[in-house]
Amino acid sequence: MFSAKDFSRKLQLLAMLFIGFYISWSGLYDEIATYWEDIVYLTQQHIFLVATSGLAAILIGVPVGIWLSRPAMERSAEAIMQVFNIGTTIPTLAVIALSMTILGIGFAPAFFGLFVASLLPIVRNTFTGLLAVPDHLLEAATGMGMTPLQILIHVELPNALYVILSGIRTALAINVGTAPLAFLIGGGGLGELIFTGIDLMETGMLLAGAIPTAMLAVTVDFLTGQGQFYFVSRGVNPLR
Amino acid sequence: MIQLEDLTKTFSTPNGPVVAADKVNMTVPTGEICVLLGPSGCGKTTALKMINRLIMPTSGRIYINGEDTTQLNKFELRRRIGYVIQQIGLFPNMTIEENICVVPKMLGWDAKKAKERAAELTDLVGLDPHQFLHRFPKELSGGQQQRIGVIRALAADPPVMLMDEPFGAIDPINREIIQNEFLKMQEVLKKTIIFVSHDIDEAVKMADKIAIFRGGKIEQYDSPSQVLAHPANPFVADFVGSDRTLKRLRLLTAVDVRDIDAPVASMQASVEEVLVSAKSHANRIVVLIDADRHPVAYVTADELSGATGVVSDFAHDLPTTVPVGADLRAVVSEMLSHDTMWITCVDERGHFAGVVTQPAVTAALGQKSSSVRDQATDARLANV
Repeated sequence: MFSAKDFSRKLQLLAMLFIGFYISWSGLYDEIATYWEDIVYLTQQHIFLVATSGLAAILIGVPVGIWLSRPAMERSAEAIMQVFNIGTTIPTLAVIALSMTILGIGFAPAFFGLFVASLLPIVRNTFTGLLAVPDHLLEAATGMGMTPLQILIHVELPNALYVILSGIRTALAINVGTAPLAFLIGGGGLGELIFTGIDLMETGMLLAGAIPTAMLAVTVDFLTGQGQFYFVSRGVNPLR
Repeated sequence: MIQLEDLTKTFSTPNGPVVAADKVNMTVPTGEICVLLGPSGCGKTTALKMINRLIMPTSGRIYINGEDTTQLNKFELRRRIGYVIQQIGLFPNMTIEENICVVPKMLGWDAKKAKERAAELTDLVGLDPHQFLHRFPKELSGGQQQRIGVIRALAADPPVMLMDEPFGAIDPINREIIQNEFLKMQEVLKKTIIFVSHDIDEAVKMADKIAIFRGGKIEQYDSPSQVLAHPANPFVADFVGSDRTLKRLRLLTAVDVRDIDAPVASMQASVEEVLVSAKSHANRIVVLIDADRHPVAYVTADELSGATGVVSDFAHDLPTTVPVGADLRAVVSEMLSHDTMWITCVDERGHFAGVVTQPAVTAALGQKSSSVRDQATDARLANV
């Protein structure tokens, strides 16, 4: 199947290949290698930031989405979702800046900013995914004597899982892409090399930050895609 | 046995309360199929869903095998009642096996027993367990899915089943097949079933008893032949349709009206012999059979009168034959399409099994009896 997603992934790989050729041709490789220690340290910092804020967003976002989809929330859920939707329209850089004004500088505001930026797609997809589970499945499940919790675990979540994981995939893509900005509020990460490289007009330094960031984004997208492929039941998985 | 006692449901709507079920009283004996029939919005589905408490009754009682279900926990109650819905509702994330095992698992069966049960049931509806148990619902046709929907409801062997227009979404050909399969299963399983339908033909076919609903009330609760022969009021008469007498054709088979003693003769018989036997039966038609009692041709007494020789010289080809177990609708249809007043019946081996005539069919439908079915049974016994 030829989809936009496949196409963009191929394009990414192609771009990386050309960057690779360019780097080795221009002698930039040696230049980048001089930052090796920084790359290792900052990548670890970067991954830690992405992993913790992403995980927190999943751990909070999925339950919130579930809670909003419960029949008891039917009236207020849409209003709350509107708040989340407005949240999505705020640029992530602004979110980071705002969180700095409240939490100061360092890991905490960076973590919080990334957490907020990735929370929204997760909540929204969990909510809409669960609401999209057909009523007749719920009726059948109820009529068979399943409790609401059993219905949630055995019927609703498995059927909404693909959509929920899509939300997580989007959220993590936003998270990884926004994480370099964490440097601006003292959160560290590969942004340090990128922004400093830009300021000093040092291509090697810039690439030492940009290439691992790009690779990280591709890897995370690949892993969540694999998760979608394997964790979602074959009966409801459009990928297989 | 299911008993509904003064079962009432009132919904409050912005335009005031709406009574969806109004003091419904009925008893469905063990092993019978009761079809709740009526136009949409008549309260039949509400009545059904109150039995497994998908809808809470406003008042009234429901007894299943004598036990008052209001005392039971609603989850326990539902696990003891098979439930089939029109949209089937197979869980698409689960394999067929997992779907069937949902209720047994909740009831704490061990996995091996539940799986054996799933295989047994799949086999029962003519699907190969090895081939189907590990498929997902999307990999099955609509008819196959509905079969699985039915056996999923049967998985934990509940004594009672509720079916909400279970065959409504299936194409007419498959519906007919699945209905027949289901009736065959029911002969063995003897479940007590309440079945919602809006299709009078389906009701006549499936039901031991029909309850016709209007405005939350039962207008008539009776056997199909009674409902068709003696509608309780103009509404019922109108609902079952002006062709209700024709619908009763379904309830009778050729066995019920055939003349098993109709004269027959071999192809080699002499004209005189045949005329004698035709006269003794006051019959104008004599069916000719071969040495194995297969009907092959016929002669008419009119053509034979005054003639001599062997009857085979006067033989006409038989227009058609019908299996003796065929319902009268099929028999009459054959008669009409062959423009004939009579038709020869054959048994499973193709042997001559009597003759059905149009006057006999008319007489059976015209009986102002309490139950056509009872009379038919009497007639059948008399024939044996």
